[in-house]
Order: sequence, then C-alpha cells, then structure tokens
Amino acid sequence: MEYLIGIQMKHDYDKMFKLSEKILLLCVGEAGDTVQFAEYIQKNVQLYKMRNGYELSPAAAANFTRKNLADYLRSRTPYHVNLLLAGYDEADGPGLYYMDYLSALAKAPFAAHGYGAFLTLSILDRYYRPDLTREEAVDLLKKCLEELNKRFILNLPSFTVRLIDKDGIHDMEKLPIGPK
Amino acid sequence: MALQDVCGLHNPPLFPQWTAPLSRSFMPEDSTHLSGGGIHGEAFSTRLPGRGGLSPLEFYMPIAEYLTESPINFGQTSLSSALTKLLEIDHLYPSLPSISLPPPTPCPISPSVPLPFTLSHGTTTLGFAFQGGVIAAADTRSSCSGLVACPASPKVLPIHSHLVGTTSGTSADCALWKRILSRELRLYQLRHRRRLSTGGAAKLLSHMLHPFKGTELCVAATLCGWDGDEEKHDVASTPQHANAPTNQMTAIIYVCSDGLRLQGELFSVGSGSPYAYSILDSSVYWGMSVQEATAVAREAVYRATYRDAYSGNNVDLYHVTAKGWRRRERENLKEEYYREKERERKRRVIAY
Repeated sequence: MEYLIGIQMKHDYDKMFKLSEKILLLCVGEAGDTVQFAEYIQKNVQLYKMRNGYELSPAAAANFTRKNLADYLRSRTPYHVNLLLAGYDEADGPGLYYMDYLSALAKAPFAAHGYGAFLTLSILDRYYRPDLTREEAVDLLKKCLEELNKRFILNLPSFTVRLIDKDGIHDMEKLPIGPK
Repeated sequence: MALQDVCGLHNPPLFPQWTAPLSRSFMPEDSTHLSGGGIHGEAFSTRLPGRGGLSPLEFYMPIAEYLTESPINFGQTSLSSALTKLLEIDHLYPSLPSISLPPPTPCPISPSVPLPFTLSHGTTTLGFAFQGGVIAAADTRSSCSGLVACPASPKVLPIHSHLVGTTSGTSADCALWKRILSRELRLYQLRHRRRLSTGGAAKLLSHMLHPFKGTELCVAATLCGWDGDEEKHDVASTPQHANAPTNQMTAIIYVCSDGLRLQGELFSVGSGSPYAYSILDSSVYWGMSVQEATAVAREAVYRATYRDAYSGNNVDLYHVTAKGWRRRERENLKEEYYREKERERKRRVIAY
C-alpha cells in the first residue's frame, strides 16, 4: 500500500524485488529511495551472474547490499530504506537477513520492519521454532496478521506472501485481512 | 555568474558570452550552458575591451527604495525597468540577439522571505483507464499562497501523440520537466524508430528527477498513455468483459519528484484529490462508455473544485485512444455551479 497524505494510492503494491532465482529483497522506507536502491542492487546482482556465470549466495548478496548502504550513508544522498533479504543457499539452507537504514546487518530466524514489528515480534518470539512445517509457518504468519488487523491503526487490506525453498521462489495466495 | 558580480568583479562580459568562451561567437549550446559555472568560469572574469560598465546583472538587482514596497509590486517594478535597459543595449549592440522578456507578473515569493505556511499542491488532476481508452482531466487554477495567479493554466500537457501528462506541484517545474521529457522521448523515437512505452517514459522521468531529491523541486505527474502500434484493432469497437484490462494497451503511471513511481488504473493527484477519489471510486468501472467516462471525470473535477479552495475555474479533459489524444473543449465550471444552484432552487420550489 502506498499512502500519500493519508490516502491510499495503490492497494496491490509489490515491495519484493527478485534478486536471483532464490533471493528476495523486501524493501521499505522513503518513497523514491526504495525503488532506486532496490533496483540498483537487483541489477548489480544480475550483473555478477552474467560476468561470473554463477549467482551470488544470500550471505554475499546481503553483505553487498549492506556495503552499498553504508557507502551511501555518509554521502550527500543517503538511502533511507529498511530491508529484509531472504534467500536459500545450497550449502547453508534458508537464511533471513535484517538490514536497517543505518546499514546494520543481522542474520535472524524471523524479523519485521515498521510499526507492525511492535505487534508481531512477540508473537514470533513465542511461537517460532526452527523445525516448523510449512503449514505451521503459514499459520504463524496468519496469527501475526490477525493481530495487526486487531490492533494496528492503519488498514492493511492485503499481504503478498512468497515462499523460498530449494526449488526457488513460490507465490502463495494473497492473505487478506478482515472479515471473510 | 551572478555571484561573481555581486561579489564585485570588475566589468564582467555581456551576458551572451555567459554560455560560451570569449573566442566563440554567441551560439546557444543546449547542454553546455546548463553547467555554466565549471570550465567556462575563467572566461567570465576577463575584461572585454571597449564595453561599457553596464552589467546585465544590474537588471535583476533590486533598487533599494523598492524593497519597502509590498512584494506584489516588487517584482513588477524591477522587471519593467530591466525591460527598458535591455532595449537600450539592443540599440547599442545590434549584433546581439534580442531577448523578449515575458510580461512582468507579480511574484510574491522571493527566496529570502520565509513562506507563511507550506504551500499545498493546489490542484485537482485525475487519470483513469477504461475499455475506451484513458481519460485525463484537471482543473486550471494556478495558485500562489492564497492568490489565484492564473485562472486558465493548462495542467494536462500532451507529451507526444499517444501520451499526455497531468501536472501537479510547482507549475514551472512541471512545465520544464514535461518539455524535457518530450524532448527525450522524441530523441528515443528518432533513434530507435519506435515510441517509448508509457512505463519507459515514467521510468525515464523518475530517474531524471531523482538527483533533485531533497531540493525544492516539486513535480507530481500522472502519465496517461496508449502503448503499442496504431495498426492494432481499435479496442473500443470490440466487446470487452466487465473487468478485462489485460488486453488493453493503456497505462497510467504516477511519477513524483520524491522518486515514487506507481502503475495503476486510477489516480488522482493534488489538494483536491480526496474529493475526486470519492466520486471516481464509486462511479468508474471498466465497461463504461466514453460519454459516461467523460461525465464522471468532469463531475469529479467539479466536486473537487467545489470543496477545495486551491482548485477551480475550468476543467480540461483529454481522451487517449489507439489513434492518439483528443482534447475536449475547456469548460468553465462556474456555469455548472450556477446550473446546480438552479436545479437545487427548482427542487426546493417543487418540494414546497
């Protein structure tokens, strides 16, 4: 959802950028910075693949992103973006990297940005286990969204959900909030 | 250049040579003059033999006694005195190209005066797609902190034959960037022998505006266009499903100087946009006819001008199809207002 002075301009705005077959970059923050920075990272990751013949691993991509964010941080044009980088590595398995606009980087089992984070992190703390099945994970996500629906002041009509596993990125059904 | 003169450099060269080194005669370079300060900086400090001490910058320097006048007269007076001095220069140096200044307009905003309140983007513009193409509509009021600077300014500007852009924000910035975009699209068309798509045009505009992020530049445009070849069948003649925009070549993209770029089916921009949104959200559907769409767009702008102080005067409406854009005649909404009042009065008479 893109808001402009309190009006929703678009209800189906996709904030995820596909960096490679198994890496997604979720980018939120200031209006133009998000797209500019995310597309820059996206094209650079693809360029790496073209030049070297193989794709960057999620850890490498995350560190590359962090380095760029840090370089711009003390320039005249810092990017005010908060990022989540999610990917599947052949050797290391799935990985989630949390990055904020001050270019802090942390590998985390679960993460959230924005005001929604205040509401959802404790649910994730309570119910997350490293050995969740796919159905349990989707249920956990639904629990988070129910809480947002109940307590969050902004109306968030729909969420895009994607799953990354050894076979790549899979679009899952959009999760709506609200009475069915 | 202006700074050097203010700082007291002696006898700067006459202004035609601002844009070129002294060795060259005056040729308006299209791109080099934009970066004037850099390599040509040295040229400006040399003295020209035989020229009078008249600096063109004196035209724009305020004369002390007028500083106490109200801001509305301030700009007018200095520009008209500049006009007479310019004519004198033309007489003395006939080889110079003559410059025609626009008629002096009141300009109450000067950078040294703090703004009394934040200026809203005083406008209502909208664009939406339907089975018959794209409708782009806007009001025509240009406001300047509480004053209607121009009641008849065009806010929907055609960029090329199949693309129009609605503008919101600073009028000057919008007009300039629209022209720059038209130029770049035309160059693309000449080089690649095809028109750039609306998405491409939006991306180009967004990337051109990005370096100015954080400055006072303010442009919020909705590009409404038709992509694809004209040889394709006219979509309006074939029956479409109620919600089948996928075959359509229409594109509506909102581009903002913040860097935001959104593609969608319906957008409204400006201070009057909430009022317009309320009308459009309930009345716009894919299968509407051209007359219906025109009526809805016109109604939306009318309602917005009714409630929003910064929107008003006339409504411009453009309709873009596979054959290009067509412009509806500018309509004065004052008539509509009085017609509605008349209807209300009649209704009340009948009721009692």
